[in-house]
Amino acid sequence: MYVELRQVDKAFKGYKALDDVSFSIEKGKLVGLLGPSGSGKTTILRTLAGLVHPDSGDIYIDGQRVNDVPASKRGIGFVFQNYALFRYMTVFDNIAFGLTVEKKDKAFIRERVNQLVDLVGLQGLQSRYPHQLSGGQKQRVAFARALAPNPHLLLLDEPFAAIDAKIRKELRLWLRETISSLGITSIFVTHDQDEAVEVADEIIIVNRGRIEQKGNPADIYKEPSTPFAAQFIGESSVLAHYRTLKGFESYEGYDNAVIRPELIQIAKLGKQPYAHASEEGTVEDVFFRGSLIEVHVNVQGMRLIGYRSPEEAALAPGEPVSVLIYRLYLYNEDKVRLAENARLKDENTVFI
Amino acid sequence: MSDPNPIPPNPASIPQPAAAARNTARAQGRTARLVLIALGVLFILVMLVLPLITVCVYALKQGWDVFSNAITDPYAIKALQLTLLATAAAVICNTVFGLFASWTISKFHFRGKQFLTTLIDIPFAISPVIAGLVFILVFGRIGWAYDFLQAHDLKVVFAVPGVILATIFVTFPFVARELIPLMQAQGSDEEEAAALMGAGWWTIYRKITLPHIKWGLLYGIILCTARALGEFGAVSVVSGHLRGKTNTLPLHIEILFSEFQLTAAFAVSSILVAAAIIILILRNIVEFKGRKEEHEHVR
Repeated sequence: MYVELRQVDKAFKGYKALDDVSFSIEKGKLVGLLGPSGSGKTTILRTLAGLVHPDSGDIYIDGQRVNDVPASKRGIGFVFQNYALFRYMTVFDNIAFGLTVEKKDKAFIRERVNQLVDLVGLQGLQSRYPHQLSGGQKQRVAFARALAPNPHLLLLDEPFAAIDAKIRKELRLWLRETISSLGITSIFVTHDQDEAVEVADEIIIVNRGRIEQKGNPADIYKEPSTPFAAQFIGESSVLAHYRTLKGFESYEGYDNAVIRPELIQIAKLGKQPYAHASEEGTVEDVFFRGSLIEVHVNVQGMRLIGYRSPEEAALAPGEPVSVLIYRLYLYNEDKVRLAENARLKDENTVFI
Repeated sequence: MSDPNPIPPNPASIPQPAAAARNTARAQGRTARLVLIALGVLFILVMLVLPLITVCVYALKQGWDVFSNAITDPYAIKALQLTLLATAAAVICNTVFGLFASWTISKFHFRGKQFLTTLIDIPFAISPVIAGLVFILVFGRIGWAYDFLQAHDLKVVFAVPGVILATIFVTFPFVARELIPLMQAQGSDEEEAAALMGAGWWTIYRKITLPHIKWGLLYGIILCTARALGEFGAVSVVSGHLRGKTNTLPLHIEILFSEFQLTAAFAVSSILVAAAIIILILRNIVEFKGRKEEHEHVR
C-alpha cells in the first residue's frame, strides 16, 4: 500500500474531526474523498499533507511513517481550495517557486516550468499575474505549481469548487486524463458525488470524521455498505415505511428504507406489465430535465421520485399511475441490505 | 404630538407635473451640493490654510536675516537634531514592533489575542501628558526604577532617553494598526502553500508577506514620522526643557513663544510646516500607489 492511515484521531477543541480513520491507497490511483461539508474530508487531506497533526494514529507514505516528517519534507504536492496562488508573482514564478526554494539551477527551472506550462496548456501566459487569469486558468497554475517539484503524492482540496459549472465538467475530464497520464498517486476532496464518480478510480465516503465505505464508484453505487452511504449516494430518498409496499412485506429486522429513481418504473394505469407487483400512486409533480423527465409520485403518502423518457406518453399532475418498485435498500442503525421485490421474483419463476 | 399618523402625500395626487417636480428636485440637489462644497472649502481655509500662511508670513515678517538667524540658532539646530533622533528611533522601533505584532496577531491563534490588539491602541486613547507622567512615575525620582537607574548611572527622565521613550510611546500603534487588517485580509493560505513547498519563514516573509504589506507599511511609517516630529505633550513632561540638551523642536518653539520672540518662534515653526507638507505629499503618493496595487492584485 502506498498511502496508509491507521487509526488516526484528531479533535479540535473537543470536536472530533477524525474518529479512528484507517484506509489505504494503492500507488498510481486517483482517489476521491467524498462527504458532506464538515465531515472531516479536508482534515484527512491536511493530515496527510502534514498541515494538521493527528492526536493519535499513524500515517504511512511509501512504507515510511511520516508522522514526524515536516510537511515540506513529505514530497507532497497540494492544490488548495482557493488555489492560494502567490498573487504578487507571475504564473512563471508561481510554478517555479518550489524549485527556486530547492535552489535548482536557473536553466533547469526554466525548462521544467515550460514543460509544465505546456502540460497544463497555459502557453503564452507565463508573465501574467493571478488576477489576470480566469478561474480555470488559476486552477491549472495551482496544479502545475504543485507538480513542479515532482511530488510522489498529489492532494487536491475541492479542486473544482471555485469554478463555474460549465467549465467544471471540462476540467474534471482534463484533470483525470492528465493525472492518469502522469501516473501520480492523487487524492482529491469533494462534496459533489457526480464529481467523485466521474473523476475517481476509487471513492472513500467520509461522514462525521469516520470512513463509511471505500470502493470503486460502481460498487459503492450498487452495494452501499453503511446506512449513510445508502442515503448519501445517488439521488436517494428515505421512505417512512416500506413493509406496506407490494413485494416488500416479508423483509424483517429493518426500520428504514431508501429508494433511488432508477429503481422505480412509473407507467400509465393499465400499461404496467407487472401489475400484481405494482403500487398505485398519484402524480404530484413533473419536471422536464432535458434528457429525462423527473416524476414525483405519491404512494401511500410517501413521495417517490422516478424518471421517464421524454419519448414516453406525458404524465400530468393528479394523474393516477402504476409504480413498480424493483429494489429497495433497507437499513438499520448499523447494517444495510438490498431487498428485491418478492412478487417480481415469484412471477419470474412461474413464467419460466 | 398633534398628528401621530401623518398620511404621506400620494405621489399620484400631487397636482404638479412630474417633470417640473424633477427639475426642482435637481435644482435643489445642485444648490445643496454647492453649499456643502463651499462650507467645506471655507472651513479648510479658515482652520488649516490660513494658520499655515500666517506662520510663513510671520516667520518672514522681519526679513530673511531674522528668519535665517532664528533657524540657524545653535539651540534651534540642537532641537532639530534631537527631534530627528527621537523620530528616527521611534520609527525604527515601532516598525520592528509593528511587523512582529501584526505577524503574530494575524498568523497565530492564542489566548488573549484580542486583549493584546486592544493594548496596542492605548497610546491613541490616552492623553500624551499622562503618557509623560507615567514615565516620570516609573523612571523619575519618585519612580520604582529610580534606584536601579541610579545604581547603573543611567538617566532617563529629563534626559535624551526619556524624550526618545516618550516619542516611541505616543507613536507606538501607527505601523501595527496599518498592518494588522492588511495581513488578516491576506489570510495564511499563500504562506501555507509556500511552507509546504519547503520555503523557510524568511523566504515566505520576503516573497509573499512583504509584497502584500509594503504600501501599508510605508503608509504607517509616514504617519508615525509625522506624529513623532510634532509630538509635544508627553515629551514636554519628561524633557525638563533643558535648552540644547532635551529640547525638541516643538518645545523650542514653545519656549521662544513664551519669551515673546514671535518671529523666531514662527520661523522655527516653518521648519515643521515644511516637513508636514512633504510628509503629506509622500502620504498621498503612497496611498495612491497602494490603492492601485491592491485594486490589481486583490481580485
